Amino acid sequence: MAKRGDIVIDIERCKGCGVCVPFCPTETIALGPEVNSKGYNYLVKVNDTCTGCTNCAVVCPDAVITVYREK
Amino acid sequence: MAENLIKPENLVYKKTSVMTDKVMHYCPGCGHGTAHRILAEVIDEMGIQNETIGVAPVGCSVLAYNYFDVDMTEAAHGRAPAVATGIRRVFPEKYVFTYQGDGDLAAIGTAETIHACNRGENILIVFINNGIYGMTGGQMAPTTLEGMKSSTSPRGRDIKTMGNPLKITELVAQLPGSYFVTRQSVHTPGSVRKAKRAIKKAMEYQKLNKGTCLVEIVSNCNSGWKMTPVQANKWMEENMFPFFPLGDIKVPQE
Repeated sequence: MAKRGDIVIDIERCKGCGVCVPFCPTETIALGPEVNSKGYNYLVKVNDTCTGCTNCAVVCPDAVITVYREK
Repeated sequence: MAENLIKPENLVYKKTSVMTDKVMHYCPGCGHGTAHRILAEVIDEMGIQNETIGVAPVGCSVLAYNYFDVDMTEAAHGRAPAVATGIRRVFPEKYVFTYQGDGDLAAIGTAETIHACNRGENILIVFINNGIYGMTGGQMAPTTLEGMKSSTSPRGRDIKTMGNPLKITELVAQLPGSYFVTRQSVHTPGSVRKAKRAIKKAMEYQKLNKGTCLVEIVSNCNSGWKMTPVQANKWMEENMFPFFPLGDIKVPQE
């Protein structure tokens, strides 16, 4: 079984571009309905299936995602 | 059920400290941010934060010096390779890079680019090619594709009246002074990792004093192209990559 992971999203820096969303192999992330102080629909975690693969963080232009994976 | 995984020992990825905490002014989804980040990560991994000097261009990335926590200077439009030449000659032990867009490197700075590469200055040129002048409102650039719409070619670029798109990276690869020339992109996790490896190699080659390294990054400009970031990345794959194929163009002969 894949290792479990978790992400922390810096919602104030997220610009809601959505570039990361198609690259999540487990569909853990999506653009949420809420907006941040700049008016962007920021990224949210929609389930707990994250494997800590870092795809989203690697492709994020604004480096808003921090990734953790169980050792 | 799940215990909390958010602990320092589980950390696998976080923003590098070589990037400042300033929020970047780039449009959502712009490849500039990713390119900045991988360059900063390479500087971090090589442990050369104190030995790196960057030269910022004019264009969208004119404020690049706000985002890198290394010594940086600003150059006049297109003159970054000339400024970097001076810095590298005065400080031959430092790592010197320029970060330029296509309007800066391939239009107004063509002479500086070609001559710096022909002299074989030991600098790294990071070249972001999005086929448009993004900062000034999406005007046609030398790298704009045939038939591509921009604010100054609203019916698409017509080769007869507007000339051909310029493959400056291939041009530079012909010069004897260039050492490592490659074209990458930053639109998928895989391509970001590849581009990062290319930048790292180019940074390491600087210490050999064998010539100029140029890393082109084909990027999107979703505002200039009038698309969403995801659409722009798809359009880039379908239209930019056939004309600007990814891969190494000149690799050092061992």
